Amino acid sequence: MRDRAVIIVALACFLVVLSTPVWYARAAGVTAKAPELKRPATEKACVMPVAYMRASHMDLLMTWRDDVVRRNARTWVSPDGKTFTKSLTGTCLRCHANKAEFCDRCHAYSNVTPYCWDCHVDPALIQRSGP
Amino acid sequence: MSISRRGFLGAAAGLSALALAGRSALETQPREPEPGGGTPAAGTRWALVIDPRKCLEAGDCTKCVDVCHTVHNVPAIAEPAHSVKWIWKEPFERTFPSLQTDYPPDDLRDKPVMVLCNHCDNPPCVRVCPTQATWRRDDGIVMMDWHRCIGCRYCMAACPYGSRSFNWKDPRPSLVQTTPDFPTRSKGVVEKCTLCEERLAKGQPLACVAACPAKALVFGNLADPASEVRSLLRSRFTIRRKPELGTRPAIYYIV
Repeated sequence: MRDRAVIIVALACFLVVLSTPVWYARAAGVTAKAPELKRPATEKACVMPVAYMRASHMDLLMTWRDDVVRRNARTWVSPDGKTFTKSLTGTCLRCHANKAEFCDRCHAYSNVTPYCWDCHVDPALIQRSGP
Repeated sequence: MSISRRGFLGAAAGLSALALAGRSALETQPREPEPGGGTPAAGTRWALVIDPRKCLEAGDCTKCVDVCHTVHNVPAIAEPAHSVKWIWKEPFERTFPSLQTDYPPDDLRDKPVMVLCNHCDNPPCVRVCPTQATWRRDDGIVMMDWHRCIGCRYCMAACPYGSRSFNWKDPRPSLVQTTPDFPTRSKGVVEKCTLCEERLAKGQPLACVAACPAKALVFGNLADPASEVRSLLRSRFTIRRKPELGTRPAIYYIV
């Protein structure tokens, strides 16, 4: 039992190391709370119900992509009967004009990096930085 | 175990009915549309007729190139190895290497001719693409899906006209001006002229055709005998690039 002190100190060190992520997150101010999204002020309804969009907007965008590029089918009729042009920059970003505060904020929170923006252009960014 | 004749026939009939029902059930499953599907109006075959002499009248004009490359976010890279082009000028002899004469017309000899993707009826690029990132639409446009291109460059090797360019580096820093309505491409993707299919969908004319001050490019529907392109093909002598290869281009040149 002469090693009791050593064991306790080692155990304490181990627990500190083990809980590092918790302390680190505390210090960095990371919370589990979902980010506040900036909703468009002008429009009330999206092309699909909000719950669907929140969970499956990526599926919808993939369908739109294939419809437009591969099937030349460019018109979308929403469940409430409105027609939209299937376009990420033309339709989505027209209402959700602030990509940084709508798309990026949530993507950063959920740690996903969609490669849409490798090619598709954020019109607001062009306006700000000039041609 | 013994089975009566009546029993055997009954069981056989039952099994056949079941098989037929199963087959019809399978057939009602929605089918994945063919990648070449497209729903352009039937009886459409888009084509261009180019008059190089009219083009030469405009001198060093590059309006069609400038407009096309601006609206489609084509990067301006000076290095030939990295350059990306959708429509450009090529010397007459290089445009038509298989011309059946060593003495082409004096007014065209060594002069530039506008060249672009030929939107072939029988496109070799489509045949070799391993991912179906490029395909021929029903209206004749040889279309590209940049989402699907893996950058293998088989299509570039297959295209006899050099109509395809590869993005060896991120094209965005080389854009003179960015058009937000149209995507840029990313590094590692092949690109080419898509005959302004995004403008055709909106009923707009081709960017190059609209920009040409000399009206040297005429766009129209080959399937319509009353179209301007058909009337030009009737009244003028036209040739296509490398006809011996059997690609059957949709870009005609008045010579």
